[in-house]
Amino acid sequence: MTEKVGVYVCHCGSNIAGTVDVEDVAHWAAEKLGHQGVIIAREYKFMCSSLGQELIEKDIKELGLTRVVVAACSPHLHEKTFRIAAKNAGLNPYLVELASIREQVSWVHSDKVVATAKAKAVVSGAVSRAIQNAPLEELKVPINSNTLVVGGGIAGIQSALEIANAGFHVYLVEREPSIGGHMAQFDKTFPTLDCSACILTPRMVEAGTHPNITLLTWSEVTNVAGYVGNFHVTIKKKARFINEELCTGCGICQEKCPKKVIDDVYEAGLGYRKAVYTPFAQAVPNFPVMDKDNCTYFEKGTCKACEKFCPTGAIDFNQQDELLHIDVGNIVLATGYDLFDARRVSNYGYGRLPNVFTSLEFERLSNAAGPTNGNIVLRDGKTAPKSVGIIHCVGSRDRNFNNYCSVICCMQGLKFAHLVHERTGATVYNFYIDMRTAYKAYDEFYQRVLEEGTLFVRGKVAEVTDAARYSNEKGKLIIQTEDTLAGKQRRIPVDMVILSSGLQPRHDAKEVGKLFGISCSMDGWFTEKHPKLDPVATMTEGIYIVGCAQGPKDIPSSVAQGAAASARVLDKILQKEVALEPIKATVNKEMCSGCRICNGLCPFNAIGFLADDNVSEINPALCQGCGTCVAACPAGAISGTGFSNEQIIAQIDGLLMRNLEPA
Amino acid sequence: MKKYLLYPGCSMESSGRAYRDSINAIVEPLDLHFEEIDDWNCCGATEYLGINLIPAYSLIARNLALAAKQTHPVNGTEGTRTVVAPCSACYLNLAKADYYMQERPSLGVKVNEALAAGDLQYTAGTLDVRHLIDILVYDVGLEKIRSAVVRPLHGLKVAPYMGCMLPRPDYQHRWSDHEHPTELDDLLRALGADVIDYPLTTSCCGGHMTQIGPETAFELIRRLVADADERDAQLMATVCPMCQMNVDAYQNEMNRFFGTDYHMPILFFTQLMGLAFGREPKELGIGVELVNSRNALAHIGVEVPVTQEPTAPRKKVEGLPMPRRWTKHEGRKEAVK
Repeated sequence: MTEKVGVYVCHCGSNIAGTVDVEDVAHWAAEKLGHQGVIIAREYKFMCSSLGQELIEKDIKELGLTRVVVAACSPHLHEKTFRIAAKNAGLNPYLVELASIREQVSWVHSDKVVATAKAKAVVSGAVSRAIQNAPLEELKVPINSNTLVVGGGIAGIQSALEIANAGFHVYLVEREPSIGGHMAQFDKTFPTLDCSACILTPRMVEAGTHPNITLLTWSEVTNVAGYVGNFHVTIKKKARFINEELCTGCGICQEKCPKKVIDDVYEAGLGYRKAVYTPFAQAVPNFPVMDKDNCTYFEKGTCKACEKFCPTGAIDFNQQDELLHIDVGNIVLATGYDLFDARRVSNYGYGRLPNVFTSLEFERLSNAAGPTNGNIVLRDGKTAPKSVGIIHCVGSRDRNFNNYCSVICCMQGLKFAHLVHERTGATVYNFYIDMRTAYKAYDEFYQRVLEEGTLFVRGKVAEVTDAARYSNEKGKLIIQTEDTLAGKQRRIPVDMVILSSGLQPRHDAKEVGKLFGISCSMDGWFTEKHPKLDPVATMTEGIYIVGCAQGPKDIPSSVAQGAAASARVLDKILQKEVALEPIKATVNKEMCSGCRICNGLCPFNAIGFLADDNVSEINPALCQGCGTCVAACPAGAISGTGFSNEQIIAQIDGLLMRNLEPA
Repeated sequence: MKKYLLYPGCSMESSGRAYRDSINAIVEPLDLHFEEIDDWNCCGATEYLGINLIPAYSLIARNLALAAKQTHPVNGTEGTRTVVAPCSACYLNLAKADYYMQERPSLGVKVNEALAAGDLQYTAGTLDVRHLIDILVYDVGLEKIRSAVVRPLHGLKVAPYMGCMLPRPDYQHRWSDHEHPTELDDLLRALGADVIDYPLTTSCCGGHMTQIGPETAFELIRRLVADADERDAQLMATVCPMCQMNVDAYQNEMNRFFGTDYHMPILFFTQLMGLAFGREPKELGIGVELVNSRNALAHIGVEVPVTQEPTAPRKKVEGLPMPRRWTKHEGRKEAVK
């Protein structure tokens, strides 16, 4: 009996004490676990309070405790608190063990007798385990002050600017030819109806010209290695076939290019671009990109019209993709969203009925720089609609597609209603399930649109069809819906239907998540470290998520998150070095058979393979201590510090009360 | 030659006789072999499941149990575990029973207790239940169908009518879409037909409402026929005997009810396949439909022999005549005109 264990049972007000007899648990621990080394067991109203912590610190000093077991809430909440308390009293923080008797006992049970018995078992397990704990030391690593921001939408731009303005270098990588993201496609922004381009382009220009920002458009991250403070990133700079040194952005190549292509990205399929193009007039950088798949020269070997007319000789058909290797300390992912494919809701007829539009198509239709110069017209390109139906929640809040609310659609629908009303005078119907206009000045906008005379029908639209039943429906699109306020079915004939399509994770979000070693939620959005208290960090240290990559959100929230992540990055950079949790897995080389099962399973890319010795090796700085490899190793060759077999088995013995003093 | 177990269903014996005849006519050019399930019984159609679940499922599962006995190779023929149902209601019932017996094991146990009385047993998931058009489009393939066409249906404007029971609920994810599936469109196009965009392709034909609430059924039939007519379709093609009967047999009555004069013939898609494969109308059961397709088929140069219109048996008049029955829709007839 060498260890001296102190057990501290928390009441958590009535959170625990309401269901668990905490005094009984403390008495029992002192009595029944005494032979294990428990020399003191106390209960206290709020263990996490400064008085509670002082109690523990005092006992460590006066009684010479070598292990501390705190029976309180989940370790997620206060493990750190009690570790710091132990450290203050001179005890290695990793010798503190938390027994969760709130989340796993008092909150989930109602019978006090049973709950008390379970709490005793949990405490007993924690004591047995604590005895097996070993003192651990945190690993300190220096931090590279460069930052990588992936995605040049408004969230990424904001994040990059904040860090660059603080004096640190940022690499801003964008997959498309220009930064700007979805916001650059919009005409107006709700609820103030600011011109989207007018407020966005100054930021784009600032990002494009900032001395601390290296802008890499038409580029993609292909590999990420390393760990917080020391990421090694490989970026593929796709061939633009334009010499950026020589190009002046005059636009003559675009003018002369004979090949017209439907622009599926920027114009949302509603307009055309050339094979060599800048997506829009205010693009940053202003160099065009050659679309190799559609260029006549690459297809047939002749043309080169752009080369002939380029005044500076900047066209270079021999350009190759380039791989750049950079080192950064932190990474911000601002990869954005994809629009839900409205063709999947076939009963709304998108793709079959010409005058059904998606929200992004409508943004282009109403944009003064769009294919119709801002004229809101039907698919024939000339007729103005006399009546328009806007359908909310397309693909969102729908068990057949996505369960979640896409957040922006209600306000977007209201914005559309306003624009249609203002520019065409058409009758506008909004079909909504619930109107969600939370946040500043949003509901006021709703009131304004109501007063403008837009009609609102509450109910899920069943179908949009061109099958007329009555004479007034001939030649119209008929919206068949339940009106839940009137309690009846309605058929409303309109000329144009706009589908307020939901937001979806990027089609390649899973692969991107794997590339950066972070996980996706069930819906496919990147998972944050804590949904409320740590919404921009991820479970992988040094990787942050902002904007719609984390979940659907509007422009103000995306900007706020971009700035928030920058604060976190700057905090890391200014610390100069980072302490890594010592909970790590290690491979016992004697036992490793070199099967490499663990290599592919590691979500953090922390396991390498030493071909010479035919064994796997874990990089301690990369390892996050998740334990996946420990469980997977068929030879049992991997063990996790803090989660060794001895600790786990001791805990199980404790839980099963095999460690009690023989009666 | 690809073998399948065939569950014909009751309507094949009576109102859907033409469907059966036309299926028989296309199996040979497409190299298919259908082996009928021995001693099959009615699937219970749409009503029975609403009355008493266990007997209803047992009735269906008896067919599955019988089919499962025929899956093994016999006398040199190959084995198969695919059951083909040409009727949408039969297909849905068989698929539903197979699905729910798996999903709710307690149901499986009870149904098997009932089956045991007849020395039968069925393990859910043993069979693949598929509809005829599913087999034709996805197993046989449009390429093969196209190559068997000798008389393309060029110039015949057809409204493809899938009906409501086929694509929903899609237990095994077999269809291209639940609200607007395109399998029938593709198949008819492969025959050379001019397929119109028919938005009501999965709308209800009224089902057995013709018996329970005819006014409701008439309105549903009117929508189908009126929209096909509006889009200049010359005929409708269907995959379901129930849909065929409702649109065909009740079209006159519907016209009388609304005071309209639609003439929209409806044929089974297999009849059109038979025509495209060069078969004669008579062996495909063309000409027995009540809304005759003579004018429509004249567009592709097919002559339908005139058959004797069936005459209703004269009712024996007894006593004095009754006043005509009043319906609340009587006034509406005028309004619709």
